[in-house]
Amino acid sequence: MAVIAQFLVQGAQMLLVLALAPLLTGLVRKVKARLQRRIGPPLLQPYRDLRRLMAKDVVLAENASWLFRVAPYVIFASTWVAAALIPTFAAGLMFSWSGDLIVIAGLLGSARFVQALAALDVGTSFGGIGASREVMIASLAEPAMILIVFSVALIAGSTQLSVVAEHMLNAQVGLRVSLALALVALVIVAMAENARIPVDNPATHLELTMVHEAMVLEYSGRHLAMIELGVALKLLLYISMIACIFFPMGLADSGAGPLAFLIGAASYAVKLTAGGVMLGIFEMSIAKMRVFRLPNFVGAALMLSLLGVLLLFVSRGM
Amino acid sequence: MMSLVLICIIALCLLAVLGAALAHAPAGRFVVYGGCVLVSVVSFVTGLAAISGPLVRMALPLGIPWIGVHFRLDVLSGFFLLLLGIGAAGASLFAIGYGAHEEEPQRVLPFYPLFLAGMHMVLIADDAFVFLFSWELMSLASWALVLARHRKAGNAQAGFVYLVMAVFSGLAMLLAFGMLAGPDGGYAFDAMRMAHPGAGVAALVFALVLIGAGSKAGLVPLHVWLPLAHPAAPSHVSALMSGVMTKIALYGFIRLVFDILGGAPWWAAAIVLALGGITAVLGVLHALMEHDLKRLLAYSTVENIGIVFVGLGLALAFRANGFAAGAALAFTAALFHALNHTLFKSLLFFCTGAVLNATGTSDMERLGGLIKRMPVTSAAMLAGCAAISALPPMNGFASEWLTFQAVLLRPELPQWGLKLMIPVDGALLALAAALAAACFVRAFGIAFLGRSRSAAATDAREADRWSIGAMAGFGALCLLTGLFPGVVIDLLGPVSQTMVGARMPHQMSDPWLTTVPVEASRSSYNALLLFAFVGASGWLAAVIVKRFGSSGLRRSPAWDCGFPDPSPMTQYTGASLSQPIKRVYGELAFWARDEVDMPAPGEMRAARLTSSRYDPIWDGVYAPIGFLIGAAANVLNVLQFLTIRRYLGFVFVALIVLLVLLALWQ
Repeated sequence: MAVIAQFLVQGAQMLLVLALAPLLTGLVRKVKARLQRRIGPPLLQPYRDLRRLMAKDVVLAENASWLFRVAPYVIFASTWVAAALIPTFAAGLMFSWSGDLIVIAGLLGSARFVQALAALDVGTSFGGIGASREVMIASLAEPAMILIVFSVALIAGSTQLSVVAEHMLNAQVGLRVSLALALVALVIVAMAENARIPVDNPATHLELTMVHEAMVLEYSGRHLAMIELGVALKLLLYISMIACIFFPMGLADSGAGPLAFLIGAASYAVKLTAGGVMLGIFEMSIAKMRVFRLPNFVGAALMLSLLGVLLLFVSRGM
Repeated sequence: MMSLVLICIIALCLLAVLGAALAHAPAGRFVVYGGCVLVSVVSFVTGLAAISGPLVRMALPLGIPWIGVHFRLDVLSGFFLLLLGIGAAGASLFAIGYGAHEEEPQRVLPFYPLFLAGMHMVLIADDAFVFLFSWELMSLASWALVLARHRKAGNAQAGFVYLVMAVFSGLAMLLAFGMLAGPDGGYAFDAMRMAHPGAGVAALVFALVLIGAGSKAGLVPLHVWLPLAHPAAPSHVSALMSGVMTKIALYGFIRLVFDILGGAPWWAAAIVLALGGITAVLGVLHALMEHDLKRLLAYSTVENIGIVFVGLGLALAFRANGFAAGAALAFTAALFHALNHTLFKSLLFFCTGAVLNATGTSDMERLGGLIKRMPVTSAAMLAGCAAISALPPMNGFASEWLTFQAVLLRPELPQWGLKLMIPVDGALLALAAALAAACFVRAFGIAFLGRSRSAAATDAREADRWSIGAMAGFGALCLLTGLFPGVVIDLLGPVSQTMVGARMPHQMSDPWLTTVPVEASRSSYNALLLFAFVGASGWLAAVIVKRFGSSGLRRSPAWDCGFPDPSPMTQYTGASLSQPIKRVYGELAFWARDEVDMPAPGEMRAARLTSSRYDPIWDGVYAPIGFLIGAAANVLNVLQFLTIRRYLGFVFVALIVLLVLLALWQ
């Protein structure tokens, strides 16, 4: 019985992240629109977009290979599984041990690898430009992410997110310099990984500034829907990750009753909303960077996270 | 068991003779490579048995009179014999098909089995004489193979550099053994184990072994021969050299440092860690700048050797501080990565060889669109690229994940050098992994995807059945070792027990076959479950979308923002894909410069783009040394044209000087 309950909770979490992801995207768009004094599309617009895209036929480039057609599902599935590994309303779920933070980074890396390959598949120059810039940004953001994982893991003594969250909740972690550095670095990495301003602009189709949009330029119909859903899931994933590591308040334990789950879900909703609103405000208050200024921006995350890890190796109290 | 290995070696020598005799017969390659496959399977099984079996010794009255030769098969030899067996079986199977395209088979067939025999013998050597003899046999046979196409431009130089580096490596190993044997000349490994040299001698031996084994393995700054020799050799030999011979060099390092010297002080571990980290990053950065697939793979081998050396350095550091459990984790991670590298690098060289046969070039700027012409090769290459880029659920990820876990152990180390070096190495490894992913997106994306850039690529044909068998088999092995890392970790248990005095916990008894390096609350990884989840959810998504959404599909010209480019030459090339990375890292590492010479408006001359790159190791170290040697040779050349009186005078002076020195010494 307990196993079935645990299984259900795990399933609920998987469906929850999937269901909430487009809403979060809609929220960020709404916040940005309001800040621009527009009314903006309704919050549920991303769901409608997805439904519309899924109902449409795929228009495939003549020389696209099987990789191009499989890629959207691989990207979606790896992002979804990665997102489901992150504690949202409850920690220590049934399958949470099947992958730690490094595995989550690896799953996202797989998704990006396939995405960049799919961009090169048709052999257009826009696909190339997108893939080229994406791997450059990733070559800075990925090591930064691993180093952030190191910082967190060294403090919590584990790379398991559930254990990290419980450690942050219960132990006297206090204010640590290394954690602060890791938080700043993680926010920068999240910006870069989710193709948000100032790294990339999710709303642009201006040729010279596109990164992610250039990679998915050839996609249409249900393929595009899967990719868009993956993008939404990734945004949710990063906000959940920041919430889970740095603000784990309200997180329920897997064995807790429905009441704790409700509290966890409520606090998760609050955190997601806060994250989405803050992202919207941040995006509105900063300009997009030139591509070759990005290494400085994302490189700063790499340096900050390295500094955090060095501090932890030198002194346990930092 | 020992006799089985000796029979393998004898069989290989016979195959070499057969290879020379049957070089021009059509059946020659079936006999030689087929024989090599059989022998390799036997050595694989023997290795597997040796890991769990007892230690076997054998002494034969051969070689130097009254000393004889000593052989020994222990768990470490067993593991590397297993690795050699897999790599050699795959390469030989691939070669049955690949060898059909060989223009001068008499330059390959006799030396290939000899090369394998040399590597076998290194692994069972139990005295310095056998070790050095087989070490040099391995070097010389592979040198002959590198020169198999000696008339092709650049190959002669590659052979020369390789020979110089091999001799240098042999010299360093010779001196190391000399120091270990001491004045009494105890050349058996057992005598060396008992000798317990002083700190100074041990340090010197360590440095010599690091140079000797490091230059064979491809440790920066001794890696310069790899990117020259690997492309020059036939592809199945490249696969062996890159995938297996570098591992034999690692074996030499482990045997001498971990076993015979019995560990190393912390500063030695710090040196290994520093060199390993630098090797990993510099290797992959070089790989990102290359457009020849085989050179790219050679540089990527340098990167992976760096990763293995980081693991070994961690093991040495933990062991020097008496932290056996940590040393076991790091050591297992290093050897696991070595095995993984054998699998995926051999696979990548097979695929590149198949492409080379099908199109006549391994230059990615002249390829493209091969995924449609060569579907199986492309799928295998994709598996290899995913594995080497350390993507879950492939095997490369499993071993890098273990290495990261070893970095994260962070025991209380008293030495500040290690305290700072270990996190920096973690950062370098993470950087190398990310750059490797970029490198292989580029390698696969440019060569196999997109539109073909040359007629040769347009007309490419799928490889033969033998090659496909080897590629598909190794692709499957990369996935399987990734899904069941516990099997390899448990296999490595006895090896790490004998070498560092501890082993990782049993993995196969964990529920759901989860990999748990230390304890479940610390970290765990279940590749099988994740693979099932990703596969199931991707499949489910496809089914649901097609059922409830649309399942229609139309083909049309590429959209490309409304500006479809008619010529395949307008696609991104390898150079343009890595240009941002070159700009970010290349300026720092290689002083890479792009200079644009734009004519003023109205001027009729063409614009020019000059791209320059400075290799700090080759241009900064090797070129000056080569120049100095050349200059010295020029100056000393006069010595060859003296009269006999002068030569007699030199002999006389030399004699006097030596006598005086001897008198002063006393």
